[in-house]
Amino acid sequence: MKYIDEYRDAEAVRRFARAIAQITTREWTIMEICGGQTHAIVKYGVDELLPEQIHLMHGPGCPVCVTPIELIDKAIEIAGRPEVIFTSFGDMLRVPGSHSDLLAAKSRGGDVRMVYSPMDALKLAQANPDKQVVFFAVGFETTAPANAMAVYQAAQQHVDNFSILVSHVLVPPAIEAILGSPDNQVQGFLAAGHVCAVVGYEDYYPLAAKYHVPFVVTGFEPLDIMQGVYMTVCQLESGRADVENQYARCVRRWGNRPAQQLVLEMFEVVPRKWRGLGEIPQSGLGLRAAYAAFDAERRFDLQGCTAEESSDCVSGEVLQGKRKPFECPAFGTLCTPEHPLGATMVSSEGACAAYYRYRRAQVAHV
Amino acid sequence: MSDFALSCPVPITSTATVQMAHGSGGTIMHRLLDSIFLPAFNNPILAAQHDGATLNVKGTQLAFTTDSFVVRPLFFPGGDIGTLAVNGTVNDLAMCGARPLYLSVGFILEEGLPLETLQRVVESMRRAADTAHVQIVTGDTKVVDQGKGDGLYINTAGIGVIEHNLTVAPRSVRPGDIVILSGDIGRHGMAVMAVREGLEFESQIESDCVPLAAPVLALLDEGVRIHCLRDLTRGGLASALVEIAQAAQVRIHIDEKAVPVNEDVRGACEILGLDPLYVANEGRFVLFIPPYELEQTLLILGDQARQIGVVSEGDDGLVTLKSAIGATRILDMLSGEQLPRIC
Repeated sequence: MKYIDEYRDAEAVRRFARAIAQITTREWTIMEICGGQTHAIVKYGVDELLPEQIHLMHGPGCPVCVTPIELIDKAIEIAGRPEVIFTSFGDMLRVPGSHSDLLAAKSRGGDVRMVYSPMDALKLAQANPDKQVVFFAVGFETTAPANAMAVYQAAQQHVDNFSILVSHVLVPPAIEAILGSPDNQVQGFLAAGHVCAVVGYEDYYPLAAKYHVPFVVTGFEPLDIMQGVYMTVCQLESGRADVENQYARCVRRWGNRPAQQLVLEMFEVVPRKWRGLGEIPQSGLGLRAAYAAFDAERRFDLQGCTAEESSDCVSGEVLQGKRKPFECPAFGTLCTPEHPLGATMVSSEGACAAYYRYRRAQVAHV
Repeated sequence: MSDFALSCPVPITSTATVQMAHGSGGTIMHRLLDSIFLPAFNNPILAAQHDGATLNVKGTQLAFTTDSFVVRPLFFPGGDIGTLAVNGTVNDLAMCGARPLYLSVGFILEEGLPLETLQRVVESMRRAADTAHVQIVTGDTKVVDQGKGDGLYINTAGIGVIEHNLTVAPRSVRPGDIVILSGDIGRHGMAVMAVREGLEFESQIESDCVPLAAPVLALLDEGVRIHCLRDLTRGGLASALVEIAQAAQVRIHIDEKAVPVNEDVRGACEILGLDPLYVANEGRFVLFIPPYELEQTLLILGDQARQIGVVSEGDDGLVTLKSAIGATRILDMLSGEQLPRIC
């Protein structure tokens, strides 16, 4: 397939692997931020081709994994109401809340539907004026513009039976939280290409300077990741801490300005809870007061609900890159994709699920 | 932000109600079989867990199978619920190494279904039965209230005769066997999804829905010593391979590059974040043969078929995949349905 196969070319990938091996003189720990990158690394076995001194740590960039448990509980509560059509991206449906998940809510009679875009949910609202249509607006900066557009259009067209349950999170505050942690091990970052396509990479310059770590904006194909690692190791070996862009075919330094403006108009920066990480200040987006009418938490009066997460698994440490999934005693035994103890085992982008699906055999030998 | 709370959700270990995943062909469905159906109906024929039951009736070897069809939409490029209902059962019989002979059909019709729609489906079934050289010899009709069914559900059952002495089943798979795939994968699932979700691609993706008895019988007639056959349905190539590896207690190694996927199907899967290895098929099968049968098998099956892997020792039932860039990973069965990813 054009523009895909070129980035999965085995020989080109191996050339980069050899180049990385040539310049590597010591151990380096590099974190890929995005769950999509984690998925590609494990699916294609990119890390198997890297020299042993290069350690890839998997970051908190899986929107499914970091959506807090109380938001899932709220989604299930809303989805159970008879007047509601609850819409969501597919992989949120299986994420467990305190006692249940959205698929179970559906099996109990809730009208839960998978959609591919918030705009589809808006259309559903227009087609069902006697129903309340709610979209589960999760994700990082990448999905924010489409969600902003859905609310913008709902407001313009007076689609009053549409609302969104917002759990938007932002990448730079999570990176700062990781870098500011006293036992941080991460020495360089592969920044998430799709997030940067929207917001650009200006935010990383102060982080690179403050913590003296390199950032390389990186794509999602095996060759992208190899090149991203190569560029990061080049910086690390020469003692630089710059911001570089490997994913230049999609990402501009300033990002997508119209998308940013739309997001800014609809959303404001707020503190957010991250599943497995806890609350991080100024780390998420919430609807502005002017659009509060489209906030499902207000509409269904669920603002006060909270839920406590148990501490049976180490997904928080996995999300911070402090542990590999197979270093968890529950991995693959008590905790499997059918019986997830943690969100990182639920999402196909989650580090634990990726390791379970693709690495069980090697793990068994560890 | 220096103090992280290490927190995690409470596990959901079981559900009290049936969920869609229970019908997905993945591990959640297999657990339903293991926990409810197999213990209740416990017998050695069922325990073989093949596509159909192999029965010895007064010296004659028969294959017997059943399947239900609940596809939405009823009509899609390359077929409809009627062609699926005939070919699905024909193919299950073929996978037992049997010559399909007779089918039954049960219709569950929803009040309000246009008779013209029913007529079209029945006509499709007649044509499919003619193509597969089977007769539909008995049937049943029930009607349910409006809103209690998606227009039309069909159940078919079928009988075939086994005319050879081979044991075509997972337990016949041996280390050293070669894995052959009969053609490109993922067409049916993507054809149905494209219609259901209103997705448009440069050219229309058509379902691969075809009867598989003819190629299987051609192999058997030529004396090819088939060890195992499995048609690829829900759960796709990956689930079929995992089922066989686990039942046969062997390891299977697949070369991803050798697995043919049509460009349009690949494109659609890329857009939706789906893996074609898990996408449904209705006209493809894998077969396991000893290496010396390779040349003749490929000659009979034609140039669509190819070797995609080999079987090795290893009673853990793992399937491994050599990725496009040459690294190796596990190919696992999905828990439930394949859900598109967020970004």
